[in-house]
Amino acid sequence: MNENRNVKIRVRNLSKVFGNQPKKALELRNQGLKRPEILDKTGQTLGLSNIDFDVYEGELLVIMGLSGSGKSTLIRCLNRLIEPTEGEIVIDGENIPELDDKALLECRRRHFSMVFQNFALFPHRTVQQNAEFGLEIRGVDKQERARVARNALHQVGLDGWEDAYPNQLSGGMQQRVGLARALANDSTVLLMDEAFSALDPLIRGDMQQELLELQNRMQKTTVFITHDLDEAINIGDRIILLKDGEIVQIGTPEDILTHPADDYVARFIEGVDMSRILTARHAMRPVRATAREDDGPRTTLRKMSESGIDSIYVTSRDRTLHGLVEVDAVEQAVKQGKESIRDIMTQDFRAVGPDEPLHNLFAMFSEKSFPIAVVDDNRKLLGVVVKGAVLDELARAAEPAQVGEKQVGEKQHDPETLAAAGDA
Amino acid sequence: MAIEVPRIPLGQWIEAGLDWLTSNYSMVTRGISRVTQTGIDGLNDALMWLPEWGLLAIIVGLCWWVANLRLGIGAALGLALIWNLGLWEPMIETLTLVVIATFVAVVIALPVGIAAALSERLYRTIMPVLDFMQTMPAFVYLIPAIPFFGIGSVSAIFATVIFSMPPAIRFTTLGIRQVPVELIEAADAYGANRAQKLFKVQLPLSLPTVMAGINQTIMLALSMVVIAAMIGADGLGSEVWRAIQRLRPGDGFEAGIAVVILAMLLDRVTQSLRKGRKT
Ligand SMILES: Nc1ncnc2c1ncn2[C@@H]1O[C@H](COP(=O)(O)OP(=O)(O)OP(=O)(O)O)[C@@H](O)[C@H]1O
Ligand SMILES: [Mg+2]
Repeated sequence: MNENRNVKIRVRNLSKVFGNQPKKALELRNQGLKRPEILDKTGQTLGLSNIDFDVYEGELLVIMGLSGSGKSTLIRCLNRLIEPTEGEIVIDGENIPELDDKALLECRRRHFSMVFQNFALFPHRTVQQNAEFGLEIRGVDKQERARVARNALHQVGLDGWEDAYPNQLSGGMQQRVGLARALANDSTVLLMDEAFSALDPLIRGDMQQELLELQNRMQKTTVFITHDLDEAINIGDRIILLKDGEIVQIGTPEDILTHPADDYVARFIEGVDMSRILTARHAMRPVRATAREDDGPRTTLRKMSESGIDSIYVTSRDRTLHGLVEVDAVEQAVKQGKESIRDIMTQDFRAVGPDEPLHNLFAMFSEKSFPIAVVDDNRKLLGVVVKGAVLDELARAAEPAQVGEKQVGEKQHDPETLAAAGDA
Repeated sequence: MAIEVPRIPLGQWIEAGLDWLTSNYSMVTRGISRVTQTGIDGLNDALMWLPEWGLLAIIVGLCWWVANLRLGIGAALGLALIWNLGLWEPMIETLTLVVIATFVAVVIALPVGIAAALSERLYRTIMPVLDFMQTMPAFVYLIPAIPFFGIGSVSAIFATVIFSMPPAIRFTTLGIRQVPVELIEAADAYGANRAQKLFKVQLPLSLPTVMAGINQTIMLALSMVVIAAMIGADGLGSEVWRAIQRLRPGDGFEAGIAVVILAMLLDRVTQSLRKGRKT
């Protein structure tokens, strides 16, 4: 991801105590007590404790955690549907907890649109009127808000449903209305609290896909809550993992999967289908040897036998991939006394980008047994994936024992190893 | 060894309070009385100015429009019977009292109901008062009405408003409190202020419940207006009252049937309004 992105929302030291003695609860928290002990001693629920994070401009940030971990509390503190007990939430220079009532309304209108788990559509309003709601509240004139709302409904694929009432729509369509209501509002931040959790799995997948497309198109800063890791990984640019009101890990989906911060995270990711998350990059191995186009068959045969391989990729000096030769063809070329391997080169192999999910590679192996070439956008050879490596990688990812283990990642990602092997 | 407990002079206190009110606020009560009487006379005259068949046609048309043809036909038959029995004028007088009493009751009940829904404190104060108002036997209200407004229709309206108001308040409060919290939260999330929340979300969503309350208010008003014949209110009630005094059960039943017809019409029309017009 981009390193120097603008921070849209800065959250520091945010805590929320449910109950009438928040001071006491926070004091105990400062003495190192955790949520259950504080509840026992004072009857106060420590909903959130010392939450620090940034939301970057244009990113899709997922907040994930089990039921009761404080996700809804956290997202509702952002727009103060729940009053934070202490802490800072700064958006465009304004500290939200300090706003007076009037400024708070203004801030909600300008900055936040929310999509709810149970849709929360207004049943007495048509689809169009629901989509117009935010604009109506802001006092946008009739024609303008009708136009903007129709456009938002178009974005979510609900053309022609403007005059229907919410109860005439399926769940998936209702949530599209919820999304249109949020998009029409054109706020700077989109808050989604388990927006897809009430939908059945197929519709849910579609909605995730559409959200990603919208996100690509509009680059809207989004905070998305889910308790489902698959969903988080599917759509999140970054993920925040919450447990008992505290952050246990912040990172990209890959960070969280490959380097879970502790056992809690590791257990969380156990259920994930790793072949969807891991990509060719993870299973890629350095190329042991490559041939040049103007190499003779004899040279090529020697390179192959030295490295113990029976097929070899042909590249130019800058590592651009041209083709593959097999050991049988080379032996024949030697017998026939050919000058170069150019004529026996074949294109009958598979090349993928480094971000190709591993589960796509399985199918390719069943077609051909050659190692799969991993190439970058300019068709430069980065490495190869052999069948065994895919399985190894999946097996390794499934082991909880990898907690905190670093060398797995380093070995794969170190570009020097690759380069050295390639030039040999 | 019986201890003599002095009787608490509750009745005397109440009377003293009423006396004080009547003597100190006679200006106010006389003002109210004049306005109300003007309203009653005006509406009554207007309804009586129309020829019977004209008003009948209007009511039938209204029933058809808000409900269906069946109610229209029913209304036509019922009203024709009342006309035929020579009870048209008392029926109009009763209708006038019901309409005015209901109007006043609703005008007071809506804001009170809304306020009680939005303020927990007011809610807790007002609910016992409503219970009290509703469980007090209906004609007890007639008694204090007389010193305030004298014998006649204004006293009847006063007693009727007090007696019929509680359901309108209760249902308004209930309707607003029943609006799902998620919807309130959604309105808040989009930055709605209190007025926007009330008029764009809470009131529209509680409308069916509010209408059910108004329906009950109308029914209570009708029953009270009939009883109010005892303090000189005109209308079908006084027909019944006269029949009782003269021991003429036939006349009494005829007037009673007219009340039932009026009640059914008012009920069906307001019910259909509540469920939304079918076209
Ligand atoms: N109004 C409240 N009063 C008291 N405790 C509350 C209140 N709201 C939430 N809590 C507590 O705070 C904790 C966090 O709740 P929250 O609703 O944020 O969890 P969540 O992660 O959204 O869970 P879920 O997946 O079930 O929605 C829970 O222990 C909950 O019981
Ligand atoms: Mg939640």
